[in-house]
Parts: sequence; C-alpha cells; structure tokens
Amino acid sequence: MPGSQTRKAVKVSKVDDSAVAIDALVKRYPGAPANAVDELFLEVRPGEIFGLLGPNGAGKSTTIGILTTRVIPTGGTATVLGVDVVAHPVAARRLLGVVPQVNNLDRSLNAWQNLVFHAAYHGVPRALRKARATELMESFGLTGRGRDSVNTYSGGMAQRLLIARALMHDPRVLFLDEPTTGLDPQARLFVWDRIRELRAAGVTIVLTTHDMDEAADLSDRVGIIDHGKLLALDTVHALTRGLEGKSMLDITIARLPGPAARELPDVLALPDVPALPDLLELPDVPLGLLELPDVLAGVDGVERVERVESAPAVRGGPGGAPPFGPPRPAAAPAGPATGETRFRLYVSRDPAAVLGPVAQLLARRGCPITDVQIGEPSLEDVFIALTGRSLR
Amino acid sequence: MSVSAQAAVRRGVSPLRVVLAILWRDAVVTWRDIISVLAQVVLQPLVMLFIFVGVLGRLAYVDPSYDDVLLPGVVAMSGFVAALQAVALPLMMEFGYTKEIEDRLLAPVPISLVGLEKVLAAALRALFAAAVTLPAGMLIVQDATFRVDGLPLLVLSVLLGGWAAGAIGLIIGTLLPPSKVGIMFALIIAPMLFTGGTQYPWPSLGKLPWFQVLTALNPMTYASEGVRAALEPQVPHIEPWISMVVLTGSCVVLTAIGMVSFRRRSLT
Ligand SMILES: Nc1ncnc2c1ncn2[C@@H]1O[C@H](COP(=O)(O)OP(=O)(O)OP(=O)(O)O)[C@@H](O)[C@H]1O
Ligand SMILES: [Mg+2]
Repeated sequence: MPGSQTRKAVKVSKVDDSAVAIDALVKRYPGAPANAVDELFLEVRPGEIFGLLGPNGAGKSTTIGILTTRVIPTGGTATVLGVDVVAHPVAARRLLGVVPQVNNLDRSLNAWQNLVFHAAYHGVPRALRKARATELMESFGLTGRGRDSVNTYSGGMAQRLLIARALMHDPRVLFLDEPTTGLDPQARLFVWDRIRELRAAGVTIVLTTHDMDEAADLSDRVGIIDHGKLLALDTVHALTRGLEGKSMLDITIARLPGPAARELPDVLALPDVPALPDLLELPDVPLGLLELPDVLAGVDGVERVERVESAPAVRGGPGGAPPFGPPRPAAAPAGPATGETRFRLYVSRDPAAVLGPVAQLLARRGCPITDVQIGEPSLEDVFIALTGRSLR
Repeated sequence: MSVSAQAAVRRGVSPLRVVLAILWRDAVVTWRDIISVLAQVVLQPLVMLFIFVGVLGRLAYVDPSYDDVLLPGVVAMSGFVAALQAVALPLMMEFGYTKEIEDRLLAPVPISLVGLEKVLAAALRALFAAAVTLPAGMLIVQDATFRVDGLPLLVLSVLLGGWAAGAIGLIIGTLLPPSKVGIMFALIIAPMLFTGGTQYPWPSLGKLPWFQVLTALNPMTYASEGVRAALEPQVPHIEPWISMVVLTGSCVVLTAIGMVSFRRRSLT
C-alpha cells in the first residue's frame, strides 16, 4: 500500500502540541479518478514557518482547504493546535486565518469595511476592530486607501489586503496559499518581512509557493508533496544535504600552464588517472588543458569534471547533466579568449573539503586559481529530483 | 492585538452576534445600492398595478373594485420577489464567480447559520419592499384608506412570505450555477409570480380546480391571501390563521432544505 511506504520514507513524529498535525489524510473529490490528497502525513511545529511545496495539482490547496474547514476529507484526521478541524470546525476557525490562492475579498465592501467586518464576524469588539484595522492598513502600506472599492485595488494591493484581513482576528495559525504569486519584488520582500514579523510574534505559518528560493529563504522546514503524498519533510539544509554527490565546485584558472604544445593530446598524457597521494608526490610538472580534467577527477571526492566553456554558469550544464543549481555567475567572463578556463567539479563530499587538495594540486602545477565558486544543490534541485521534470 | 481582543476571539462569540454582524454587512451593502434595489423590487409590481388599475381600469376593461384585489396582491408580490432576489442571484454569483462569501464561511459559527442569515435578511428586505410599495400603490389606485387594524397581519404575512421566498432563493442559489440565471427566471421565478395569488383571490378560483390546486402549492399564495385579509377583508380570502399556519410550515421545510443545500454548496 502506497501510504505505508510514505510512512516509512518520511518519519513524521506525532507531537501532541504540534500546531498542525495531519494523519493519513485522504481527499477524493466526487467523480475524480484519483485522490487529491492521498494518505498524507504532516506535522507543523508551533511558531515555525512551514513551506508546503509541490507541483501544480499536487494537493496543496486541497490540504489547506481541509485544514481551514472548507474541504471535508474523505479519510484521516487533521488538527490545528490540537483541535480536530472536522469534528470541531467552529473552534478551529477561531484559531486560524487564511489567505486563499485566489482573491476572495468582499467586492461589495470597501477595503476598510473588508477588515472591520471580518473582525466583527469573529467577535472582535467594535473599538478594537477599528484600532486593529487602522494598524494593519498602515503596516501593509494601505493607509489612505481604506475608502476605495477593492475592485480598484491592483493585484499586489489586494494581496496585501487579503493578508491584513486574515490577521484581523489575530489567528494563531496562518495559512497562506501562494501569498507572493504575482507580486513585484518590492511587494514580495515586504510580504516576507511581514511573515517573519508574524513568526517573531509567535504565529505559526503554513505557506505554499512555487518559488523555491522564497521557500528556502523563508521556511524553517518544508514539506514536498506530489500526487497528494508527502515525499520529504525537513529543513532546507537537510534536504539539500541529502542530495549526496550533487554539490559543485567551479574553479577558474588564469591561464593554461606551459607552452601551447602541451595542449596536444599525446604530450604528457597520463594513461591512467593516478590516485591522489601519488599525484601529490609527483614533481611540479605543469599540465596541459587536456590533462587537467583527468587529474582533477583523481582528487578524492571528485566524481566528475567538466570544462565549462563560457563564464556564466548555465543551469543544467552541458551534456544533459542534471539541473543542479548554478554557482553565482562570475563577475568577469572567463574563457579561452581571456586566457581563463573554468572547470566544474561534481563532488560527493563537502565541496569546501575538496577545495583544499584541488587548490594544492593546481598550485603545484603552476595553475593560478582566479575564482572559486561553490555550488550547493538548491531546494529546486531537491524538488526536481523528487517530483521529476514532467509537466502537470 | 491587545490581550482583551484575543481573549474575546478565543472565548468564542455567540452565534447570534456573528449572524447580526453578517446581517449588518448585508444592510450596508443594500443601503449602498439602495436605488437599484428599489428599482428591482418595487418598480415591477407598481407597473403592474398601473397597467391593470390606472390604464385598464380607466378604459373600463377592468372593474373598478379590482384594485381591492390587486393592491394587496402587489404588496405581497413585491415583498416576495424582493426576498427571492435578495438571496438567489447574489448567492449564485458569490459561490460561482466572486467567492466573496468565503470570508463569512470562515466565521466561527456553524456554516448553515450563514445560510440562515441570508433568509433572515431576505425577510427584512421583503418588509422594506412592502413598506415602499404599499403607499406608492395607494397613490396609483388613488385609495387613501388604510386599515390600521390589519397592520399586525400585514406585517406577519409579508415577513413569513419573505422568509419562505428567501428560503426558496437559498435553495435555488445554492443549486444552480451562475450560467443558469436565465433558466431560473424563465422556469422558476416567472411561473411563481403568476401562481402566487397576486392577481386573483384564491377562493374565487373554484371554477378552475386544477389551477386552484396548483396555486395552493405556491407559498406566495398564502402571503397574498394574508395581505388581502389584512387590507381588504371584504374580498373573499383564505382564513388568515390557515394562511399563516401553511406559510409557517413552508418556512420551516424550505429553510431546512435551504440550510442543508447551503452547507453542501459551501463545503467540498
Ligand atoms: N473543487 C474541486 N473539485 C474537483 N477536483 C478538484 C477540486 N479542487 C481541486 N481539485 C483537483 O484536486 C487536485 C489537487 O488540486 P489542488 O488545488 O489541491 O492542487 P495545488 O497543489 O494547490 O495546485 P496549484 O499549485 O496548481 O495551486 C487536482 O487534480 C485538482 O484538479
Ligand atoms: Mg493551489
């Protein structure tokens, strides 16, 4: 049974005081051929920012729908701060706030009214809801736009108002379904700041996003789901570290050592790649361009070496290599024209640990290193490795 | 937020206060669009009154005493239509397109109470529509006599009729997608308006038994009969207590169905 596989693959400790706990959750929409959520296990800790990731149609919004009492699950349990959302939806709604994926502001009301009525629905006393609305309009940069119809709001403003509205009743768990989709960089940074402030204030945050950098930056932990199942749940660091042998080291060398003749294949070619200790004991013999990759590949921990022709690292690399996150582009272009050559080393160990021997080796061979970049696998690499490259 | 507000939210809020807050929201929205609301709900009944009494009456095609039949009927109809339209159309749009009802569905009350609020709002709108239609209608038929004794029955009939219409609107609005608006008007609302006792007293239908049975199935008939008994008791009418009992029963049944339907539409 697939569900039990998930249970084995991902250890989810059931903590009683978790902010969100999902256990074997199943949702099949009427008439749908497959489960939208399929034996999902999740646990969100109090006070953390939890990133829920997954390809289109993975079941993220459905999961949030269940947690926010709008979707009734077919099976399993889901709790928010210990409150079963199916058995006690009213109690759960007091504790949570939602920013949905699509704008559902009350278009019959102006912006200010959207805020105060939301608070009124939640029983916030009148004087407090006015103070709260003023405060939130200000902190979301909407001061002076309160009387405007929400129909006149731009997408980014509406998104900010949606978040402000969700905060009007001071929820302890906030669900944000793609809160930054369609925002400009300023608004995105602004929303990130607000989200971090909320975490500092003790609010637990569950957010979905398709922006892997955002998820990596913002989340304390992420869960990756696909086809309604949990594929991975951990900190971003642990997930990327899990991609063994997937780190990269980009080394740029100022100029090729020795005369041009050394570039001929038969000159000083090493028939076998020598083991590193032997190599290090060799006299300092300059090497040619063609030997270098093989020599570098002999360094312990280096799995593969590629010569990168053009300076800006290209995602995916040549030769159909897997799409690892690129190192930051170099400031100056390197390449044959400038007498610089760049090699990309795929390493199975910590790239920093490999750098020492590599630098030593190159120094002995008279190849000055002008630039070093360590390319860690990104969350996107983890995501693609887990969910594949096919379009949904 | 201050501790006291937090406490207020966490402690829970009485469902009544939540329903009143949602009702207040509907009042604000109605007030904002008051002109178009008035046009929607009172213009049509008044035009009908004008044609039948002001035009056909003057041309002697219609007996002068017909205004005693039609004026109460038109008052009941304006309330009924106002209530139906207050719920059915907005709900179709809010569920189908704008999703703006979602914020209310997240209020900390059982979801069916949010549906119940719609019916309550509809009943109040019926009262408002009737209160505008009656004096305007009296001007049109140039009949300035108002039976104060009939006021309690008048208000009760309009309220219960509006409640039943709101519940019907709740059922329609939660079952039909917005693309079926045309069908709703053609196949549901229009036939209801002509089988609801507006244009004829129900007891006088004895010569058309099949039609009498048909109209007896329409809750609006009892609202019309009730208003007629209140305003023009000399016109033959169903015993008011019978009308009120049937109306109350319709309200209970239709509201229960509507609340279940609303819940089903709100949750997936
Ligand atoms: N109301 C619905 N009725 C029927 N099927 C639905 C409904 N909502 C979602 N689905 C289906 O359930 C699956 C999961 O959808 P969901 O919206 O949860 O995905 P998602 O992860 O949020 O995707 P996205 O990133 O595109 O927002 C999809 O196959 C979708 O077609
Ligand atoms: Mg989604």
